[in-house]
Formats: sequence, structure tokens, C-alpha cells
Amino acid sequence: MENTINITLKVWRQRGPKEKGFFETFDLKNISTDMSFLEMMDVLNEQLVAEGKEPVVFDHDCREGICGMCSMFINGHPHGPDEDVTTCQLHMRKFKDGETITVEPWRSAGFPVIRDLMVDRNAFDKIMQAGGYVSVNTGGIPDANAIPIPKPIADEAMDAASCIGCGACVAACKNGSAMLFVSAKVSQLALLPQGKVEAAARAKKMVAKMDELGFGNCTNTRACEAECPKNVSITNIARLNREFLCAKIKD
Amino acid sequence: MTTIDSKIPQGELKDKWTNYKNHQKLVNPANKRKLDVIVVGTGLAGASAAASLGALGFNVLNFCIQDSPRRAHSIAAQGGINAAKNYQNDGDSVYRLFYDTIKGGDYRAREANVYRLAEVSNSIIDQCVAQGVPFAREYGGLLDNRSFGGAQVSRTFYAKGQTGQQLLLGAYSALSREVNRGSVKLYTRYEMLDVVIIEGRARGIIARNLVTGQIERFFGHAVVLGTGGYGNTFFLSTNAMGSNGSAAIQVYKKGAYFANPCYAQIHPTCIPVHGDIQSKLTLMSESLRNDGRIWVPKKKEDAEALQKGRKTANDIPDEDRDFYLERRYPAFGNLVPRDVASRAAKERCDAGFGVNNTGLAVFLDFKYAIQRLGKDVVAARYGNLFQMYEKITDQNPYETPMMIYPAIHYTMGGLWVDYELQTSIKGLFAIGEANFSDHGANRLGASALMQGLADGYFVLPYTIQNYLADQIQVPRMSTDLPEFQAAEKEVNDKIAKLMSIKGKRSVDSIHKELGLVMWDFVGMARTKESLETAMNKIKALKKEFWSNVFIPGEANSLNTELEKALRLSDFLEIGYLMAIDAYNREESCGGHFRSEYQTEEGEALRQDDKFSYVACWHYQGEDKDPELLKEPLDYEFTERKTRNYKE
Repeated sequence: MENTINITLKVWRQRGPKEKGFFETFDLKNISTDMSFLEMMDVLNEQLVAEGKEPVVFDHDCREGICGMCSMFINGHPHGPDEDVTTCQLHMRKFKDGETITVEPWRSAGFPVIRDLMVDRNAFDKIMQAGGYVSVNTGGIPDANAIPIPKPIADEAMDAASCIGCGACVAACKNGSAMLFVSAKVSQLALLPQGKVEAAARAKKMVAKMDELGFGNCTNTRACEAECPKNVSITNIARLNREFLCAKIKD
Repeated sequence: MTTIDSKIPQGELKDKWTNYKNHQKLVNPANKRKLDVIVVGTGLAGASAAASLGALGFNVLNFCIQDSPRRAHSIAAQGGINAAKNYQNDGDSVYRLFYDTIKGGDYRAREANVYRLAEVSNSIIDQCVAQGVPFAREYGGLLDNRSFGGAQVSRTFYAKGQTGQQLLLGAYSALSREVNRGSVKLYTRYEMLDVVIIEGRARGIIARNLVTGQIERFFGHAVVLGTGGYGNTFFLSTNAMGSNGSAAIQVYKKGAYFANPCYAQIHPTCIPVHGDIQSKLTLMSESLRNDGRIWVPKKKEDAEALQKGRKTANDIPDEDRDFYLERRYPAFGNLVPRDVASRAAKERCDAGFGVNNTGLAVFLDFKYAIQRLGKDVVAARYGNLFQMYEKITDQNPYETPMMIYPAIHYTMGGLWVDYELQTSIKGLFAIGEANFSDHGANRLGASALMQGLADGYFVLPYTIQNYLADQIQVPRMSTDLPEFQAAEKEVNDKIAKLMSIKGKRSVDSIHKELGLVMWDFVGMARTKESLETAMNKIKALKKEFWSNVFIPGEANSLNTELEKALRLSDFLEIGYLMAIDAYNREESCGGHFRSEYQTEEGEALRQDDKFSYVACWHYQGEDKDPELLKEPLDYEFTERKTRNYKE
């Protein structure tokens, strides 16, 4: 039942943010096609440790496609060649026997490399801190059913909210733009009555922070949407632009 | 003899929390600014606590091991969150949620704690909606509910199959707001390695900057642990790879009691193990049991044909399918609590009726739901879960039944806390899965999210003030104090020792071995003999670890193998604690099943006269068995019955 393949891995190694990186090549034999991509990386790292070498460093945590921590650029695609998955949900059955697989970190001015395939995505937290919330304290809140929300609106907000903050959109974008990430949060909150109150101000603050942190402009290439593991739509970017424009007109 | 004071307030069950709040001490706004609170962890409990304390005006330092607070493993919870809103008019109430939780926990939780949990559950839903959490709604615009195991009402709120994600992002956004306001300072990619105790009170932590490898000291007037559970002791679990029990073990070694370590939840609906390089097990939400029917073949020859690949599930006609949960538990059917469903699956597989090439799986079938509701409705309810299943297994659940098997998922045991969520160390609090408090011996589905947020939003922000009110005269302490230096030295010595072993085994190879010992001997069914075996094997493995582990690289730099080794050193301690606690508890209750104690029908048999207590383990030193202290569980308001999900 079990199929195995042999592969060659070209992996980006880089000791620190300021140091020069390079590709290192590894041959891996008898990789089960039922393995996830990260389990294949585990096999590589066990081999390296057995040889007394340091393992390839990469971010990962939940391994079920929801925490947004894993972040590899595989064969030219963020999260690899499969559709609608994160790297941890990518399986080796998507690769051929004898294939050479190239693995790189996210490459973007906004996400400096920490080591090997691990990058610093702190900028996303900073953008959230600039305004990605509804300003409510804990407690003293009206009943949850006090304001009915039409189901289509709630569903649309949910779709926007499904962003996992992995940064694939930035890695996919030739401009290194974070517009899909920012617009997903702005949309989710602008759609809901609870978030509408601050919608324009929120858009303005989050965009300003994004610009300040060195992310590029959006030129509508739609690469972000194509590579997003959660199918977040670029219609959110249109909504962000609308909110942003409203805010600017009011100024 | 040490007596254990749980500080349960006086009065009727329904009045206790109100009475407590009416009479507790508070800290005035001017003093709040002068008080530093360390919160470790940014999951539902940690993030909601840090955000709420920050909003109140305390100065909060919040730590997480991931690159962002939003990655905490609460994010992976799928199914939903319970609350006693009774929006469905199906007879729900605070009392009923309390009762279901107490019963679901097999009468091993504190009544007062559980009642409070049920009481604050409704505020959680209000809070989350106000934050912009996009809960599922009905066409009229009001909130939708679904049912979950162990309840006969629909009280579970959900956001597609991503409820944990949405609730955590809500808490994370509240936390982000406080960071912006300057009341919370975030320390991401930091791992706590010890607690600092000064004159008997928790006054800070030692943490390792995971990027630089630097060991750093942090002061706090109080320390709050929201560090999650210890399910990864089993190596293979539904927990995230980084989830660990190290903070709990660090404070246990400093004197905090570890309560009921043997209560671990084995979740019935996980994707079965496929091979020995597997790194984790993926959960399929319990919500699937709303519409999916669980079965194995009635005939052994069919099971064998399925195992050998000669037949597929669709070749088995309906009359040859054994819907064993519906057969054994007519009243609750496929929605029995998790421990019951897991054991029933194990029973069928042990009897030779399991499927998959391993014989260690059962079917979860949506054929009937698709016939009844149509494919579109099923897709709307479970589409993302079906997609996840297909990505992992390469099988389409719309056409062929899912295969599932139990896996370690959640730990009900944890740090002992009193009613105020304070551990047995003054000034040290534990919230969420990290504490032991509300689920007894078994947790009901959709109650983990409820408890994490209850602790963080609505309980701790009150109870911690009762402690901090006495601390307003205490100035911020210097981290140069000898207690900080000593704690840091201890951490450095431990790391140096680990790095110097230079043995032959990788961290993972030892962890996997520990996992197999746990699964085989401290797993779903335990016996006196299996637990003795486990304790001996864990002792030997601990020796192997401390003499033969190999960690490449440097200690004072980013080093993922060192991070894993430090966590594994603590899992070895927890594994032993789980085994000794299970050995001591000569009864079956909830997630703890001792094969010697079962009814004729194979159900758990409690021994209320002997074991109606919280087992609190008190550390006695390296290589010594811990001392057992008992907090009696007096049931004043509820009659203890044998759990019955049959009628």
C-alpha cells in the first residue's frame, strides 16, 4: 500500500539576518508519500543530528494548517505546489520520485530571515496593534443577540477572518505588499456592526503602519489570492480601499 | 499533615461567586499602575487574562514561545464553545450546564468552581460578539447553536470549524489593543525556564530568548501561568509540536502541587496513525458526531477483508454494520462523552472488528447525513473538516466514510489551584488547561474554550486583585536580588549539563520511546501491572536521556534541539507523575480507566468511598517519589450517580 520516493532537497541555509545565505543539497531515500512535508523535514533533521550537525531551522507548530506558523517557499510557491494548504498539510504524494525540491524562506523586506527557513513576522503583530481590534474592555457588554446580523454578512466576515497570518500573501507578492492581510482584518471588522464604528480610522491606522514597516504597494497582480492557503479573497482589498478613501475624505 | 484549603466561599451554590465578588479586596486605579503582572502564555486563557488585566490598568508582561501570540494552540480548537444562553429554548440553564459538566467529569470536579464556570459562560459569548468574532448565525440574524457530546441541549456556539481560531483572534485583538495602549508588553519567542520565589511568594520568572539563546530575568508582583496542557508527554497527540508542560513542572519543583495528573483525555475522533515517522495526530472535530454515524462491521470476516484491502466500506451493506454507540447508548447515541466513545472504539478494535490496514480504526460515516440533508448542507457544516481530512488521507469523505481512532487530546489534570485560581505558591496563579480545576476526570466537548476564556476574562481579573490588594506597598524589585541570580544559575547549570552529555540519541528518538511507554502502559486502559511497568521504564528512560542525549549547536544561540530537550526533560517527570497517580487511583473515572474497576458491561466503576478527592502531588526532591496530599471533594448540592448515557 505504501509508496516511497527518493528526492533531492535544495535547502536555504542562513546563519543570521545579516549573514550570507546559500543552498545546501541533501538526498533523501525512501520517503513515504503519506508523510507530510514537515515530517520529511523531520527525517532530514534526524539524519543531520545523527551526523552531529545542526538541523535545518524552520517555524512550525500546530501541524494542522491553522496556527499559521509554518512558512516555507517550496518550488517557487509559498506553502508549495498544492492548492489551499499550508506547508504542514502538504503531503509528499504531491511530489515525484527523483524530483529536486527547492525550499526557501519567505523573502520580503518586511520579514527578515532569523535563521535558515525561519523569518521574523513581527511586523504583522505591529500592524494589528495599530488598529486591528474593536475598542471594547472586558465586561459590561450587551447580550450577544441584541444586534441581529444578517447571515450573509456574518458569513462574509467569517471568510475574511479565516486569515491565519502566515504571510504567504507577502511572500507571493512581487512588491512585498501586505494588503491582503491588512484588508482581511479591516473587512471582517468593517462588515460587522460592532466593528463599523471605528472602520475608517482602523483602515487608516493599519495602512499607515504597513507603509511604515516597509511593505510594498498593491498593484493588483492577485498573486496573494492565488497563493493564500485559506482562500482569502482580494475583494477584501477593494473594501479596504473604500474604507481608506472614506477616512481620507473625512480628514 | 498539610491541609489543603480550597477557599470555597460560603453560601448556596448559586450565591458563592456573587458573595465572593461582593466581599473581595480590590485595587484602586492609581495603584494598579504600580503593579506588574507576568502572564506566561497567549492562548485563550493567557491572552484574555493579559488583555483584561491590561485594560484594568495593571502593568502586564506577556510571554509566548511562538513568533506571535496568535499562534497559541487554542487556535486549533475546531468545534465550539458552550454557554447556557438557552437561545434554542430547549431547556438549558446555568444549572443544567453545571450539572452536565459535573456529571461529564464523573463527579471529580469541585461543585463551586464548575457552577461559577457555567455562570460566567454567557458573558463570554457577549464579550466575543462585541470583539467582532463572526459566530455562525441563522437567517434571522441571531446566533446559531449545535449540539456536542454529553448534553441533551444545543448550547454550543461556533464559527465554522474554526471556533478556537476566531475566539483566539478575538482575544489577540484585545491584547493587541492593550499593547498599543502601553499596558501590555509582549515577549514573543521567549520560553519560561523557572519561577523566582522570594520570601515564599512568586516574584518573577527566568526566561530564555529563543532567538539569541540569552537567559533573562523578569520581575512581577504576581505570576500567572496560562501554559496549556501536557498531552505531548505521549509524543503523538493532537497538541501542537511546541505545546509542553515545562512551566508546570518548574513550579511543581518549587512546591506547587500537581493535581490529578492521570486525568488525560483521549479524543475519539482523530485521524489514525499511518507510520512511525508520524509527528502528530490530527483531530477531527467532535461536531462531526452530530451528523456522522460511527460503525464497524458486524462480522469479523468483513473486518479482516477491510484490513487486508479486499473490501471497502461501501461494500458492507447496512444490515452488516454495527453502529455500536447507538446500540450501547440509545439515549445519547453517537453523542456520548469523549471518554465513553474512545473506550467503545478501543473495545471493538481489541475484539478484532477494527478497520484500516492496522485494525486500529473505526468508520465515521456521512452517507446517512447526506441522504437526509443533502450534500450541500453537509458541506456547509463540515466542508473545511472534510477538506482537511482529504488533504491528509487522500480519501474523499463525501464518498467513503472517514476512518478515526482515539488519540491524546487534552489533560484535565494540572497545577492545583484554589477557588481564586492561585496555586499552593502565593502569588502564582494558573489558568486554562494549565490548571486542574473545572473538568474533573473528563472534559466535555466545547468546554475547554469556555474554561480558558472564563478564567482569563471573568475570574482571574477579579481573584488576582484579592491577592494584589495586599501588595500595593511592595515596590518593584531588582532582578539583581540573590533569588533571581540563584534561579538563573540553576537554569544555566541545567542547560550546560544537557549540552555536555554529547551522547548518541536524538531528543525525538527518546521522546518517541516515552510516548510509546505512555500509550501502551498509561493509555486508555491501565492496570496495576502496566503502571508498575511504566514507572520502571520511565525511570530507565530518564537515565538514558540524562546520559545519552545529543544536542548539536550552541546553548547561547538559537537552538531548536536544546528547546526540545529542555521540554523532554520535563515530560519525563510528567510521565512518571501520570503513572504514579494512575497507580494510586484504584478506581475508574472519566478519562482514567483501570481495567480492574469496571462494571459487567465494561463501564467505568468509581470508588467514591475511597477516591472522592483531588490527588495533589507535592515534590520531595530529585529521584524521590512525591508526597500525596488529598483535597476531599465534598458534594453538597449534587447527588453522585453512576454516569448513564443509555437512557
